[in-house]
Amino acid sequence: MKPSAAALPRPARPRRFRDPTAESAAVKWALVATALLFLALVLFLPLAAVFGEALRRGWRVALESVADPDALSAIRLTLLVAAIAVPLNCVFGVAAAWAIAKFEFRGKAFLITLIDLPFSVSPVIAGLVYILLFGAGSFLGPVLNSWGLQVLFAVPGVVLATIFVTFPFIARELIPLMQDQGTGDEEAALSLGASGWQTFRHVTLPNIRWGLLYGVLLCNARAMGEFGAVSVVSGRLRGETVTMPLHVEILYNEYNFVAAFAVASLLALLALATLVLKAVLERVYERGLGAGPGH
Amino acid sequence: MELSLIDVRKEFDRFAALHDVSLDIRSGELIALLGPSGSGKTTLLRLIAGLDFPTEGEIRFGDEDASRKTVQERNVGFVFQHYALFRHMTVAENIGFGLKVRPRGQRPSRAEIRRRASELLDLVQLSGLESRYPGQLSGGQRQRVALARALAIEPRVLLLDEPFGALDAQVRRELRRWLREIHDRTGHTTVFVTHDQEEALELADRVVVMSQGRIEQVGTADEVYDDPNSPFVYGFIGDSSSLPVRVEGADIWLDDRAIGLGNPGLPDGPATLYFRPHDVELLDGCGGCIAGTLAASRRVAGTRRVELEIGGAGHVVEIELPVDHPAAQKSRIAFRPRRWKLFQV
Repeated sequence: MKPSAAALPRPARPRRFRDPTAESAAVKWALVATALLFLALVLFLPLAAVFGEALRRGWRVALESVADPDALSAIRLTLLVAAIAVPLNCVFGVAAAWAIAKFEFRGKAFLITLIDLPFSVSPVIAGLVYILLFGAGSFLGPVLNSWGLQVLFAVPGVVLATIFVTFPFIARELIPLMQDQGTGDEEAALSLGASGWQTFRHVTLPNIRWGLLYGVLLCNARAMGEFGAVSVVSGRLRGETVTMPLHVEILYNEYNFVAAFAVASLLALLALATLVLKAVLERVYERGLGAGPGH
Repeated sequence: MELSLIDVRKEFDRFAALHDVSLDIRSGELIALLGPSGSGKTTLLRLIAGLDFPTEGEIRFGDEDASRKTVQERNVGFVFQHYALFRHMTVAENIGFGLKVRPRGQRPSRAEIRRRASELLDLVQLSGLESRYPGQLSGGQRQRVALARALAIEPRVLLLDEPFGALDAQVRRELRRWLREIHDRTGHTTVFVTHDQEEALELADRVVVMSQGRIEQVGTADEVYDDPNSPFVYGFIGDSSSLPVRVEGADIWLDDRAIGLGNPGLPDGPATLYFRPHDVELLDGCGGCIAGTLAASRRVAGTRRVELEIGGAGHVVEIELPVDHPAAQKSRIAFRPRRWKLFQV
């Protein structure tokens, strides 16, 4: 016989226990509020100020200052420098990460430290190094000059300084990723008869593609925004060796605030676009990290 | 394809991982390299594959010296412990990879590659999973895909590095039987590495027992189990008990009494007696036997394991009794090994 439902003791309502690692609501909100307040003060407010200042005298003035020939030339140079520096650092970053992650050799730790150098050295010093290397009193400068190649106070110098400052980004992104993946997949490809290049193209590259893209974005953002090192080697020839960040500073020093902030806004927008792209990629990447088909 | 290794030596940074190893593998044979971790078995397999190169010695594929050939030139099928499937490719693309990367002249058409892939999937009993990604498969399925991928290039030898090491016990046993079937059907010369003796003994035609970079013994499952040629092999394969004894003339002595086993021809002096715990004969009286006091008794599945303390020096040996044997109730048990081996110390 089945006992009637009413006769059964009613199951006690489960008491809700807090997850041992969770904090109370008050603590949670206090932490969130602190973080938001801090962000508002040091990030959102200044950013809003930049855009606000740029638009103080209306859209038209802001657009005009961006369309100014000097400004356009600065934008072009910035894009050109990024277009050269990022691919080169991409090749270098992949090569360095490959060497470090997949091979054992003497001086590996030293190479890793060397890659970090641009992170630890002030960009101004990076610029000064190039002055020492290619300046009038150096050995290389006059030689290259006699061949008709002007490095300092010209576009090559700006490109070199940017490459120096941005070269850790991609390598740093890839080294842990490739170390983590090990060499199993590559060995499998080789044992199946693939050549070194085929292995790289069909196996290694697809395995690191998200990390690589992420590194490229960071590298690009920094390449477009670099000020210190570029400022030292550029010579600030308006319309020739002035990049966007330098252009902003020049305008600012001339008390041309609206124009300065208009160009700065454009630079900030480029950075924001990079961040959005990065966030999107991160989501895709995280999904890819699971065992799902998107891998 | 016959394989021979001749005095192969491998050093990593002056540390010798393999000491002058020689081994002949017959065509179509299924060989297990068995040993504890660090015994050099995986190193040996990688040398055969061409994923590493010997410091000295020669590796021959049939009549040809392959020692300096690259892994691509050797045309071997290699299966990795952790599958090493390409995560961004479907099952069919994984299997077809080895054909796709061939130089243009030797590359089959796309349709042909697809046909081969589904044929191999049939062989490994995974038909219908062509368009899945490795992440969507179970461990056992992944390892089967890895094997199909290795077979796709029509390798001269098949090499497997702990192929079932990452799988749970049930799947492992299933795949073991299945690998044997595939081997019998395709007839590839196959070498696999394992630290699991049950796997090696059940699956292989011959077992190569390795320890510390040396081959200890090569033989069939029966040979290495019934007739181990060294204390290491005796201790490593199957359960074993050992006792320090003394050889004098025709008899073997334990402390001050002969244990009723005849000297197989060792010179006088100390020696170690090895026997299997389950292969003993229980005796009532003790005129020429090993006797000990019961120290512990454990029930293990269908038998009872008994630890006996022998003599004054406190040597402990283990023997196995039927579960309901009355001897387990006694405090003193006498026995004599049925099959045993003596090694000089």
